[in-house]
Amino acid sequence: MKSKFIPLILILIFLITFVIFFKGLKNSNIYTPDTNLKKEVPLFELKSFENNSIIISEKIFEDNKYYLMNIWASWCIPCREEHKFLMKLKKDKRIELIGFNYKDNFKKASSFLKDLGNPYNVIVSDKDGTASIEWGAYGVPESFLVYQNNIIKRFIGPINNKDLLEIEKIIR
Amino acid sequence: MKFIPIFLIISIILNSNLLKANEIKTENKIAKNLRCLICQGQSVYDSDSEFAISLKLVIKNKIQQGLSEEQIYSFLKMKYGEWILYDPVFNRNTYFLWLLPILIFLAGGAIIIIRFYNKK
Repeated sequence: MKSKFIPLILILIFLITFVIFFKGLKNSNIYTPDTNLKKEVPLFELKSFENNSIIISEKIFEDNKYYLMNIWASWCIPCREEHKFLMKLKKDKRIELIGFNYKDNFKKASSFLKDLGNPYNVIVSDKDGTASIEWGAYGVPESFLVYQNNIIKRFIGPINNKDLLEIEKIIR
Repeated sequence: MKFIPIFLIISIILNSNLLKANEIKTENKIAKNLRCLICQGQSVYDSDSEFAISLKLVIKNKIQQGLSEEQIYSFLKMKYGEWILYDPVFNRNTYFLWLLPILIFLAGGAIIIIRFYNKK
């Protein structure tokens, strides 16, 4: 009786382990952050990009209006790619663009905007990148769609046509 | 009598150095326990990516603001999710992970004890 019981348990354990590992094999091992998190906009106090005046987050984000907070830098190549989509989005009056100039040099950033156009209503400069961490950002470029002081959607990486359509669908 | 102020100054400098050293120690400890989210297989401490550099700066600022280690971890967990911590938290998704080794250990022990007594 006993000698029959033990192999059966062993086979069962083996089977369960096999099933778990087999299922795990199919799971993606690439970490993809949740992009639909509903989070409150973090408070910040940053220097303005154009002059040295201080800009407070509460003054930027009003209720009942959509904002796209875009982290960019002149040294970031994908930012150049996404810029034309931001310029397209600028024409839409339902949304305002907030630029977060990330670890950048003022001269180079200014000439970047001169060459490609300035889509932003407000630009603040995040000299050491700490304010971006408060937003939970990974790097440049990254964008956050804000509504009623909440982050309703985030876009990691450059914005493309598909993202643009998605934004337009949300703010409609 | 002249020595007293000099002695005081030296002791203050030494003490503040010690304080600073402790701060750097916790700073490094926290950075070692965080996963660099944009690198592969590196901790924030090991990485020199822009993300890691900024994160190290944030940790430093938070320590100077007087936040404890736990508070910093929970702050980062709130911002980036559990994945940023190297130590998986005990919850519904990780019961199996945490309990399986203990179960295997107990089962093994039980088998050994049963065999031992049966032989006797």
